[in-house]
Amino acid sequence: MPNLPAAIEVRDLVKRYEKANSNAVDGVTFSVRPGEIFGLLGPNGAGKTTTIGVLITSVLPTSGSAAIMGLDVARDPIAIKQRIAVVPQQSNLDRSLRVREILTFHAAYHGVPHREREQRADALLDELGLGDRKNDRVARYSGGMSQRLMIARALMHAPDVLFLDEPTNNLDPQSRLFLWDRIRALNAQGLTILLTTHDMSEADQLCGRIAIMDKGRILVNDTSVELKKLIPGGNAVELRVSLPAPDAAAAVLQALRGLAGVSKVDELDVGAPPEPDDEIGVVAYRLYAEKAPALVGPATEAVLLAGAQVRDLHVKQPSLEDVFIYLTGRHLR
Amino acid sequence: MTPARHSNRLWLAANAFGATLRRDLVVTRRELPQFLVQALIQPMFFLLIFCKILPSIGLTAGNFAALLLPGIVGLTELMAAIQGITLPLVLDLGFAREIDDRLLAPMPVWLVAAEKVLFAALRGMVAGLVIFPAAWCVLGSRYAVRGDRIGVLIGMIALAAFAGSGIGLVIGTIVKPEQISLMFSVILTPLLFTGCTYYPWGALRTVRWFQIITLFNPLTYAAEGLRYAMVPPVNGHAMPTLPMPWVLFALAATLTLCFTLGARTFRSRVVS
Repeated sequence: MPNLPAAIEVRDLVKRYEKANSNAVDGVTFSVRPGEIFGLLGPNGAGKTTTIGVLITSVLPTSGSAAIMGLDVARDPIAIKQRIAVVPQQSNLDRSLRVREILTFHAAYHGVPHREREQRADALLDELGLGDRKNDRVARYSGGMSQRLMIARALMHAPDVLFLDEPTNNLDPQSRLFLWDRIRALNAQGLTILLTTHDMSEADQLCGRIAIMDKGRILVNDTSVELKKLIPGGNAVELRVSLPAPDAAAAVLQALRGLAGVSKVDELDVGAPPEPDDEIGVVAYRLYAEKAPALVGPATEAVLLAGAQVRDLHVKQPSLEDVFIYLTGRHLR
Repeated sequence: MTPARHSNRLWLAANAFGATLRRDLVVTRRELPQFLVQALIQPMFFLLIFCKILPSIGLTAGNFAALLLPGIVGLTELMAAIQGITLPLVLDLGFAREIDDRLLAPMPVWLVAAEKVLFAALRGMVAGLVIFPAAWCVLGSRYAVRGDRIGVLIGMIALAAFAGSGIGLVIGTIVKPEQISLMFSVILTPLLFTGCTYYPWGALRTVRWFQIITLFNPLTYAAEGLRYAMVPPVNGHAMPTLPMPWVLFALAATLTLCFTLGARTFRSRVVS
C-alpha cells in the first residue's frame, strides 16, 4: 500500500500555555501507521495529555503541525472529529441519559442513521460485557464498567483512530486484563490506537511502538524490544546463594567473577530476612553479560564448587522502567 | 469496516446541532414536572400575595394585578432561561465535563454554545407561557390581559427568553463552581429587584436616580415590552411604557452582545 497517509503525523509540535515558564510540549515529532498501537509513555506532566489534546482539537498548537488521516487538525476540526474517538482519564459520561442512550445519542451527534445506531449500541454493549445492564443509570456503574462504556461509546461512530488517555488507571487487575484484551481485539480489526500511560507494563503489553516522553520532549521512539537494548549490558542473571559459613562469601564471589562472559558482578542488598535464624548466610548477586541466559548452568556449578547452595536464580530482562531511569536518571512515578 | 461518511461539513454540523437539541429535549421531558414546579412556584406566590392578599387587606390597589403580571412573566422567563443554561455550564465546565461528548461531535465549538442558548430560551418561553393559565386560576376576576396585541406578545416572550439565555451563557462561562452561591446573591438578586418587575418604569419619574439604574437591566425592557403587549387600556388610554423601539433594540443588543462575548468565553474554557 504505497502513499497511504499516516494515521497520525505530528511535526515539531510546540504548546506553551499562557503564563507558563516552559513549553508543555516542546518540539515533538512522531508518526503512527494505520493499524498500529502506539504508546506515549512518561511521568505525569510529561506532555502526553497535551499532545493528545492537540490531536483531538481541544488544545491549539503554539507551533508545528498535526494531522490525522492526512487532514490538518487545526484547519479542519469537523472532519477530524468525525474520524477520531476519545476515551478520557476520568469519566465524562452523560449522567442524564440511560446507558444505552449514551451510545445512541453519541452516534446521533455523529450522523449515524437511526437503525444502524440502535444495532451498533446493542452489539457493542454485548461485546463489552454490559448487555444485561444497558438500561441502568450510569450512577450505578463501577469504575471498570464506566471505562468499558466509554470505549463502547467511542466506537459508535466507527472512528479511524482511537485515543486512550491512561485507559486502565485506577482499575482493578481483572478489569485491566479485560480492557487489554478488548484493546488488542479492536486493534486486530484494524483500528489505529494511540494510548498514553505511565504504566510500563501496560505499554509493554499493548504497544507496537512506544515513545518515551519527559518534560515535553520525546526521548526515544521504538519497539519495546529495541528500547530495552538501549541499556548497555541490560541482560543479567540474579541469584541468591546460601553460604555454609559467612567467610565463604569471598570464594563464591571470586568463582562468579571468573566465569567466561561475565562483564561485572554486583553484590545485592538482600534486605532483612523474614526469619533471621533460617536465612543467616544468604547473599545475592547480579551477573551482567551479553548473553545472560547462557550463564545459568555455569553459575550454578560455580556456586556448588565453592561449597554454597543456590536458593533462587533468574534471568533478568530490563523493563521499560529501567530504560526510563537510564534515560532520565529518575523513576517514572 | 469504515462506513460511508458524510463529507459535507454543513450537513454534519446541522445534524449534530439537531441531535444535541433533541438530547436536551428528551432529558427535559423526563423531568418536566420538576421543571414546571420550579418555574411556577415563585410567580404563583407573588401573584397570590400581591394581587389577592394585599388588595384584600387594603395595601395595594385591585388593578395592580394587570401591571404585575407582565413583570412576573418577564422575570420568570429570564430566570428560567438563565437557570437552564448557567448551572449546567458551571458544573460541566468546572468538573463534570459531560459536555465533552458534544464538543467532540462534528460541529464548530460556537455551535455547541448556540444550542445551549436556544435550548435555554425554549425553557424560558415555556416557563413564561405556563404562567398565563396558572395566573388565570390564581387571579380569577382580576386576571386582565389585552388580546389585540397577541403578535407583539409572542415576539416579546421569545425575545425576553433569548436575552435571558444570552445572559446565562455569559454567567455560566465565567462563574466557577465554588462561586455558585455568590453568583445568586451578587448577580441574580440585583437583576431581580432593579428590573421593573414590580413597578412600571414610568412611575419611577419621582426617583430619577433609580429610574436610570433600571435602564441598565435587560429585565426592565422585557417587563416594559410585555406591559405594552398585555396591560389593557383604561378608559381608552393605553398604559404608558418605555417606547417599543427602545425595548426591541435593548433586548436584541443584550442577546447579540452576550452571545458574542459568551461564545468567546465558552471557547476559551473548552479549547486551550
